[in-house]
Amino acid sequence: MHEFRVQVGPAAFRIGSAWREPLAQMAELYRDYPQPEFTDFSVRLEPTGLLRRWLRPSVAICGDYMLPDAAPLPLAQGLLAAEMAMNLQMALGWRRHLLLHASAVERDGRVLVMTGQSGSGKSTLSALLGSRGWRFMGDEFVLLDPVSGDAVPFPRLISLKNSAIAAMQAVKPDGHFGPLLAGTPKGDIRHLVPPGDAIARMGQGGAPALLLFPRFGYPGEVREVAPGETFMRLTQASTNYVALGEAGFTTLTRFVRSVPSRAIDYQSGEEAVALVEQLWERLA
Amino acid sequence: MGSSKILYRAEPADQRLVEPLDMMTLIYQRRSGITHMVGEPVPQMLAAMGDDAVDAAILAKRLAKTFDLGGAADAVAVLSERLEELAELGLVERITDA
Repeated sequence: MHEFRVQVGPAAFRIGSAWREPLAQMAELYRDYPQPEFTDFSVRLEPTGLLRRWLRPSVAICGDYMLPDAAPLPLAQGLLAAEMAMNLQMALGWRRHLLLHASAVERDGRVLVMTGQSGSGKSTLSALLGSRGWRFMGDEFVLLDPVSGDAVPFPRLISLKNSAIAAMQAVKPDGHFGPLLAGTPKGDIRHLVPPGDAIARMGQGGAPALLLFPRFGYPGEVREVAPGETFMRLTQASTNYVALGEAGFTTLTRFVRSVPSRAIDYQSGEEAVALVEQLWERLA
Repeated sequence: MGSSKILYRAEPADQRLVEPLDMMTLIYQRRSGITHMVGEPVPQMLAAMGDDAVDAAILAKRLAKTFDLGGAADAVAVLSERLEELAELGLVERITDA
């Protein structure tokens, strides 16, 4: 069994694999991240059958927390399997923070949180802002500290899908990209290593100052979202709201009371960045 | 008013966290860990009940001191329904059946 360890924000992972290649790719992409001695979660990539290690190998994800029906992936997508497994451990097992499915960027110690369905553009938008003077904090989970209310970074690899791949390559031609993973269950995927300051400052959180619900593909528009609706949408965007009990309730109500929120529609990255800057200026 | 003889008592106030948000109020119930999203008149009803066992008629009288309830008979009927719903949710306890 090959092994790789990595610290992302407050969470430490140990990834074991029957094959060397996926871990070599991870070691290369996560080369600037700390390698922890003690870990919170263990993940294993294992062959689905005895001969599957050599014959058309496919990868099953095993770990502290597992989905019973997770479909195996071909070995060429081993990196994706490892990333999915790390997300799964966080979603099902993390208890120290309230987890929101959201992306986040920071400026002047204050945090912009963006949440929405897959395809809303929250991931691409956070990567784009990360190259425009904002500090990238994460594109998958935002962690809210139950004591301080701060948003804590979780800056794992940025997962670019389909048309977002070419869009980000145009913005960051010298970016550190992973291999192209073609034909995955989510289409084409390519990982991008977050900017250096995102990794160097991954222990530093900030106070949430603005919440956006972006939606890609509609004519530019900004709508107010009432606190009650925001609360409802965020309970749906959280993977551990119920598990945290009273701490989840007080953390989320504090967030909803103190952070203004807007829904924004946009048709291009440039349009979205301009909208974000306007709203940040006015509301944050 | 002899028809509404069912008494209800709200869960002790320290068993719930209440957060009013624009058009709704959130009630986190410590005992169950459930978050209830409720609208008017539920928060007002719970506040007016205090620690006492009340029926719909008594509750209507208490609420009428602060709110315009319209027709008294209608108000009692509506409050009876709401109290039954709150009992189903576990936010109030049904104490005696007539």
